[in-house]
Amino acid sequence: MEARSAVLTHCLSPVVEVVDAAKTYSDGFEALQPVNLSIGTGEFITLLGPSGCGKSTLLRMISGLTKPSSGEIRLWPNQKGGTAKAPSQSTQNKLSFVFQSPTLMPWADVRANVRLPLDLAGVPRKTADSQVDEVLCTVGLSDFASSLPKALSGGMQMRVSIARGLITKPNLLLMDEPFGALDEITRYKLDSELLGLWASHKLTVIFVTHSIHEAVFLSSKIIMMGAKPGRITQEFLINEPYPRTPSFMVSKEFLEYSQTVQASLMKASA
Amino acid sequence: MTKKIKLDTELFAKIFIPLFIGLLFLGTWECVVEYLNIPPYLVPSPVLMFKTLILDWTLLSSALLVTLKITLLSFLLSTVIGVAISFLFVQSRQIERALFPYAVLLQVTPIVAVAPLIIIWVQNTTLSLVICSSLVALFPIISNTTLGLKSIDKDLLSFFELQRATRIQILLRLRVPSALPYFLGGLRISSGLSLIGAVVAEFVAGTGGSGSGLAYQILQAGFQLNIPRMFAALLLISITGIALFATMAWITQRLLKDWHSSELTAE
Repeated sequence: MEARSAVLTHCLSPVVEVVDAAKTYSDGFEALQPVNLSIGTGEFITLLGPSGCGKSTLLRMISGLTKPSSGEIRLWPNQKGGTAKAPSQSTQNKLSFVFQSPTLMPWADVRANVRLPLDLAGVPRKTADSQVDEVLCTVGLSDFASSLPKALSGGMQMRVSIARGLITKPNLLLMDEPFGALDEITRYKLDSELLGLWASHKLTVIFVTHSIHEAVFLSSKIIMMGAKPGRITQEFLINEPYPRTPSFMVSKEFLEYSQTVQASLMKASA
Repeated sequence: MTKKIKLDTELFAKIFIPLFIGLLFLGTWECVVEYLNIPPYLVPSPVLMFKTLILDWTLLSSALLVTLKITLLSFLLSTVIGVAISFLFVQSRQIERALFPYAVLLQVTPIVAVAPLIIIWVQNTTLSLVICSSLVALFPIISNTTLGLKSIDKDLLSFFELQRATRIQILLRLRVPSALPYFLGGLRISSGLSLIGAVVAEFVAGTGGSGSGLAYQILQAGFQLNIPRMFAALLLISITGIALFATMAWITQRLLKDWHSSELTAE
């Protein structure tokens, strides 16, 4: 325990602490061996690995959607020590989840989709709508507020999904292969926009992908995971300054990082 | 401009072609009856059928109203009960497992076999007929609505859970809209079934007098060998069925046309 807290002082105050968390499903399938992980405020973390390495499972455990079968996940561990100031604290520390598919309600227009978290929380319609306008503006969808999801392209639907994730003003954004189904160009565009949002909203992002290039371009740290059974194999720090521009993608450093990560991924998949 | 032309061709395909086939059929029928000299007590000609419909309109129209009343009441009753049961089913897997076999039992038991009992137990004729007919129409609504309430995007459900949505919020904001296309499909089947149920129940009950429906008119016409009237009554039942179906299809189209793939036209 002493050793652990010594390690933690390195980071800024941690957002997520994963302590020996493992997941074995009721049918005996070992999705994830015990992992330890500490994620500091403002980091952009990518979970990278082949299919079946438990990266989505780990992300869902962090969100609370899946319970670890052993071990523990602590969110904002330093602030949750005392329950006395819980109400104000808990409203300040929020997480949001963006799924692989846009998961929009097809019967509701963009505005109603983005407003959903506020509606569920009982925020008055007027207040909610002005917040929706604001967030639609940040993702560049102001003109599409009253469109139905069907009328939008895949990339635009994903932007709606991100807007819905941002409407609650989260500190921690969890993203499960959000751009996996999009074409390359749209994907790069959204990657850049995401970095912009990350910086301007002071987010901590945990991003799941199986694209090496996406991982290197986005992350401050890459967590490499291996399959059968799922586990963490290695961590890479990407020591490149932000904001990262498309020119970073053609730089020598980018290539070197990609090759190192690629080699590690090959080893993890073997 | 192109849209108007496209709409016209669609209208043509949807209305005029079936109408043309209908007229062709009636024309052939008329010719065959004339040519072979088939007596009207075996097969009346279409012209005679329409004539009878007009001549007996007072009798037939009041019978139609009775049948229509039973049909609509039982359609309403089965919708309300069916939806209520579906809501119950999706609240707990246990409840569904315990009760679903009985919903199936309801479906597989022939209504003609149960109707005499219900008619004995329930004194009020209209009510007993409505109950019989509702039993016929109930199952598609239960099974379709239950399926619909469960056919939700699992990730979207996860999103609702992450936002700490209550059960009621999940039901009203996620399950009910997701179930709408399935529910409407169930309604479309049940609208026809409630008419069939009403006619079958009338047959079994065999009630005459002022409160008699179209089935009773068919029975009576059969006894009297008034075959043209029988055909006229049959025609009215068919038209009612088609009208019910068309109304449901129209409502479905109105409600789903914007977002559901079943009602989206390929462009």
